[in-house]
Amino acid sequence: MKYAYYPGCASDSTAREQHASCSAVARALGIDLTEIEGWTCCGTTPAHQTDRVLSASLPAANLARAQKMGLDVVVTCAACYSMLKMANYEVLRHPKIREHVGEALGHDYDGSVRVRHFVEVLLEDVEIDRIKKALKRSLNGLKVACYYGCLLVRPPEVNRFDNPENPVSLDRLVTAIGGESLDWPHKVECCGGALSLTRSDVVVKLSDAVLTMARAAGAECVAVACPMCQINLDLRQSDIKKETGRDHNLPIIYITQLLGLCLGISADKLGLEKLMVSPERIVQRLT
Amino acid sequence: MTIRIKKDKTSPGLLRTVEKLADVDLSVCFQCKKCDSGCPVSNLTGAPPSEILRRLHLCAGNELLASDLVWMCVSCETCFVRCPMGIDIPSVIDALRGLAVEQKTPAPEGNMPLFNRVFLKTVEMFGRTYDLGMIVAHKIGTKTYMKDAEKFPGMLRKRKIALLPPRGADRKMVKRIFDSVRRAKEKQK
Ligand code: SF4
Ligand code: SF4
Repeated sequence: MKYAYYPGCASDSTAREQHASCSAVARALGIDLTEIEGWTCCGTTPAHQTDRVLSASLPAANLARAQKMGLDVVVTCAACYSMLKMANYEVLRHPKIREHVGEALGHDYDGSVRVRHFVEVLLEDVEIDRIKKALKRSLNGLKVACYYGCLLVRPPEVNRFDNPENPVSLDRLVTAIGGESLDWPHKVECCGGALSLTRSDVVVKLSDAVLTMARAAGAECVAVACPMCQINLDLRQSDIKKETGRDHNLPIIYITQLLGLCLGISADKLGLEKLMVSPERIVQRLT
Repeated sequence: MTIRIKKDKTSPGLLRTVEKLADVDLSVCFQCKKCDSGCPVSNLTGAPPSEILRRLHLCAGNELLASDLVWMCVSCETCFVRCPMGIDIPSVIDALRGLAVEQKTPAPEGNMPLFNRVFLKTVEMFGRTYDLGMIVAHKIGTKTYMKDAEKFPGMLRKRKIALLPPRGADRKMVKRIFDSVRRAKEKQK
């Protein structure tokens, strides 16, 4: 199992722990993630809010590199995932955009490189049975609210990730490692990540709604697969407390960190200390 | 909901321009408002997505670009998933954003256009995002020095945010892309 790995900009800043835990889990399960050399930013929201050709060309530059490696691309960040997938979609459907992207890159890109989220690789290529065989510990019935947010599942025509209204990919992983995945209504509600620096008032409202629902469902933690969701839901808990008095105190933990713990990988290799709301309680619950 | 418009409206307004930019046919919207029901910010905005579309039908002009949804929309794509007519509303909003910047519409609260500019500037310079540089530039531009300031010491300690600009990216390629997009835009004009 060999893939071209696109870490994304957050891997070197706000989501080091996602990068670290993903790499550690891959190693433990025999997945070879070869980093795309010289990879560049996908442009994310500012690019698609600014220019259609720009927002297709920035991801396409990386897809073209992966094409030379002859491998599928694996992504961990949901925002990068959606940008890379959208670039393929645009290039395949609009000859004019393909032409402009070709001009921007200095060579043609045909839109054919397959883009996968690491969670898809775990479920489709490694498969649950093999993950189960590699487990050293169990989540021991830990109640987990799996949160997918926006960019993994939407728009479904482009991403084709899972059911856009009731996805279960993360839930299947949580169940496989001994957790109790909760049925709750805010799996795909937006946390407001795109406004995180500009309209924190809106972000606080949206994140509060998600966390309030997670707690009402009995969650002991929220599992995520997107750096925007993670930092937003984690970092904004202090603001929510200030503004509403509600102290959610819910660890927001990457699915790869939960999986890593159960594969017997040590907490420091998974970057657990980087989470703002301490996941200490969760680690204690493991058996 | 009652939408008030000026009686003397005769020009076709932005409708065709937006349809072309976003590659959508807005005539199929039958105002069921399913988009509004799922929109996470619809109860915070002055005009939810369905109203933006209706106003476009009713020949809205540049005044529409000042609607708060234009920059409050979080691009969550929920409206698009749920619209029974499959209208790509997020692309409509992106088109309005492009026009708002072009028309120099006054900066909205939080100045998202500035954020986009500084974000893309760091990408053009370093090939990847440089969070700290971008945050500082946005703070200077919006004079919001103290906002979230208490969070930085903790984030720096946990190395949740990088102090130095990123290295290792193919900066030449990114520069090439930005130059090419700028050239194409100029040609259009
Ligand atoms: S959901 Fe679609 S058809 Fe219904 S009001 Fe919104 S845009 Fe129009
Ligand atoms: S994409 Fe924008 S308009 Fe559509 S539901 Fe999300 S926030 Fe509302």
